[in-house]
Amino acid sequence: MNVILNGESRELTDGATAEDAVAAAGASDAERGVAVAVEGEVVPRSEWAERVLSEGETVEVVHAVQGG
Amino acid sequence: MPSRADSSKTAESDLEVPLAPRDDSQREGSWTLGGREWRSRLIVGTGGFRSLEQMERSLEASGTEIVTVALRRVDPGAQGSVVDVIERLGLFALPNTAGCYTARDAVRTAQLAREAFGTDWVKLEVIGDDRTLLPDAVELLSAAETLVADGFTVLPYTSDDPILARRLEEAGCAAVMPLGSPIGSGAGIRNPYNVRIIVEQASVPVILDAGIGTASDAALAMELGCDGVLLASAVSRAANPELMAGAMRSAVEAGYAARSAGRIPRRLHAQASTPDEGLPELD
Repeated sequence: MNVILNGESRELTDGATAEDAVAAAGASDAERGVAVAVEGEVVPRSEWAERVLSEGETVEVVHAVQGG
Repeated sequence: MPSRADSSKTAESDLEVPLAPRDDSQREGSWTLGGREWRSRLIVGTGGFRSLEQMERSLEASGTEIVTVALRRVDPGAQGSVVDVIERLGLFALPNTAGCYTARDAVRTAQLAREAFGTDWVKLEVIGDDRTLLPDAVELLSAAETLVADGFTVLPYTSDDPILARRLEEAGCAAVMPLGSPIGSGAGIRNPYNVRIIVEQASVPVILDAGIGTASDAALAMELGCDGVLLASAVSRAANPELMAGAMRSAVEAGYAARSAGRIPRRLHAQASTPDEGLPELD
């Protein structure tokens, strides 16, 4: 299954969840300051493991960086 | 709310009325922002530091309690974490919506930040173009209204337009943060008179945000009556950031004390400080 993860087309296993996307992006779910949006909607951390991704969905995994 | 200007000695049309002295019986002038008490009136951004290590030393030297961070895509190659430094120093991380051009983007970013940090505080930045980084007033006000309704504590980066500042306050923002000059420009406070007007009309804290270049700019902001100063580049891009951070700490404290002390007015002519009586005749 293909999703657009952080702007790039990525192949994830069928049934992959937001939590899997976090790992695929290179972050760990233990890391503080990480957030996920699927199709522009925020997915709360408590729902990462339940939010199953669909083919072609846009996923953004972000974290805190220097700025502002 | 007590008047911030002493209008008893000058005509209302005078360009500059000295701010009435302020009784600061609390040591170090602690203040309230977003429903919390703070001691430092200097907020520092984390952007622009050449290394996390230099950032850490500078933040410590600044005495700040609140630092801003941005949200960007995870980069697996990145070394170290800004969050680690912030937590180690025991500071409060204020997420900002840097890089957003529309209200929709800014709102989404704020919601992501709320998830990432577990805080509903946000420094709201909605810019109009990437050359000036000036705020887009229309998008900014729209985003502020949406975020306030969604329970956020909104600190908006705004222009020096007093009308927009009033609209943001009326929309429920926890502060207004007028710019001195464009972000990172180091150009200081271009329109101190507008900043004064904003200070006089505001019932929420006023934080001078953007364009600070050196210590005297920060001191001036406080002398104009601002409740705090937010800066990043002035420190992070200085030749010696740690030293500049300490200078900014002193400048904000000095400016605040000077403002509280009640300055003498600016006069066209002299006013002798030595009395004429008792002058000896020596010719």
